Amino acid sequence: MKEIRLHGRGGQGSVTAAEMIAVAAFEDKRFSQAFPAFGVERRGAPVMAFARIADKPIRIRSQIYEPDYVIVQDVTLLDVVNVASGLKSDGKIIINTDRPRDALKLDTKAEVITIDATKIAMEILGRPIVNTTMLGAFCGASKEIGLESLNKAISDRFKGELGRKNLLAIKTAYERVS
Amino acid sequence: MSKGNDSRKHQNTANMKVVEGSYAVAHAVMCCRPDVISAYPITPQTHIVENLSQMVADGELDSEFLTVDSEFSALSVLIGASACGARSYSSTTSQGLALMYEVLYNVSGMRLPIVMNVANRALGAPLNIWNDQQDSVGARDVGWLQIYVEDVQEAVDATLQAYKIAEDAKIRTPIMVCMDGFILTHVYEPVELLDKELAKEFLPKFMPADILDPAHPKTFGAFADPFTYTEFRYQQFEAQQKALEKIELVAREFEETFGRNYGGLIDSYHAEDAEIILLTMGSVIGTIKDAIDAMRSEGIRVGLIKVRSYRPFPVSALRKALKDASVIAVIEKDVSIGNEAGLVTDLKAAFYNSSIRIPIIGFTAGLGGRDITIKDIRKIVEKAEAARKGIKSEFEFLNLREEIL
Repeated sequence: MKEIRLHGRGGQGSVTAAEMIAVAAFEDKRFSQAFPAFGVERRGAPVMAFARIADKPIRIRSQIYEPDYVIVQDVTLLDVVNVASGLKSDGKIIINTDRPRDALKLDTKAEVITIDATKIAMEILGRPIVNTTMLGAFCGASKEIGLESLNKAISDRFKGELGRKNLLAIKTAYERVS
Repeated sequence: MSKGNDSRKHQNTANMKVVEGSYAVAHAVMCCRPDVISAYPITPQTHIVENLSQMVADGELDSEFLTVDSEFSALSVLIGASACGARSYSSTTSQGLALMYEVLYNVSGMRLPIVMNVANRALGAPLNIWNDQQDSVGARDVGWLQIYVEDVQEAVDATLQAYKIAEDAKIRTPIMVCMDGFILTHVYEPVELLDKELAKEFLPKFMPADILDPAHPKTFGAFADPFTYTEFRYQQFEAQQKALEKIELVAREFEETFGRNYGGLIDSYHAEDAEIILLTMGSVIGTIKDAIDAMRSEGIRVGLIKVRSYRPFPVSALRKALKDASVIAVIEKDVSIGNEAGLVTDLKAAFYNSSIRIPIIGFTAGLGGRDITIKDIRKIVEKAEAARKGIKSEFEFLNLREEIL
């Protein structure tokens, strides 16, 4: 089983991103689960969401404390949340930032992957909504979900022009980290 | 009863879809074809009624959706609807269920087979929106049947089963399908949504013999003096006893039609040869099953009995399933402030007049949304193992944070 923890701020679509991971993984014929860290979500406040992917039905319902992957949608969270908490040493953490990797204060032995998802989202979507871009980066860096399955999950969720632009954002991020 | 199996393994994944628990339940309600829905939104139940309201607005579901000013009104409206012969549905949680309290008795006393999903949540004060089961366990005596489910698929399936149980002419009793708030209402996982046509075959039209009808005037729940009141309660009590068989029967019938079975009154997981048996209800069962697999691989003979039907309480089934254990640990998300907690007290009472003499220890856990992990389950099993040699603590709050007391 692979466990994924997403950190974001209320309004950034972290829960939707976790849901898309679960939908894509199931599309890949694997079992999956996604859920928010249930809180009183307010726009801008730090939030978490979780996803699990496994080859058999997932029964466990506890939160994720030792993730294989961490996705950070907003680098300013590093100042307020220990985003790398419990991250496995052979895991990966993917951070949306324009800062160089060495400038980030992170207490982890895991591989650190940075991507300027805000820039990609602004260029392609025209809005700083980075969740789909970060999913592209997760897909490319982890290969835990197939790119085609992710594209299908996104297309089912976002129709027309918006869907097309999100697919382009995913592709751009995927290629940048692969 | 599954013997260490998982009901979901038998599912055809081709028909499954990843959806939110609340949507899956709303879809199941739609397949039950309720004539009248009335509910008041409250976290974490909101998504269920939002989805239903959307289905009605889109013409997908042909129901009267009545918006009201409170949970008290929501359930009161359904008294009138159900008494007129309309299949009726509501959903609530926590403070909403508490506000319904007076109406809960009226519904059960009038023998109206209303189905209600309870998205289990803690009660204030202090204000807390997270999951535990104090709300519905606290309402165990109001005359409603209560089924607790372990995952989204079971919530879906139990909702359809609930109408079949409640509307049986011999039972005519309302039922709560209790699902852990957030943990099951807000999770996205693969679910097989109900097939509308199969659901229709399984659950025929609601055709009660006695309804409010101007052509044949009758009175529901008006007045009973000391000469007749006891007999009303006796008949409700008797109906709940009959429900013991009906719940089992409906579980078997459901399996024949849909191929899934969660047990009727109870279910078991590696309990047959277990020395230590954990007894619980609700979504923590999934985590416990994973913990059991891990401990079994280390040679620890631990198993699980799941209480699915809390009301009626399955006394005979529990005596039979638990009689060979060396020790029982009850884990529950409720507390009876003043005397331990609901499930452990009921279990002890079920054993007292039998020949069963097994040490029983109780744990209240997961109150107000506190997470329950595999480590916690291991800790409980260690305490249960120690209790075989003599009980040191009969009842305790798991993971109590002594440092903030």
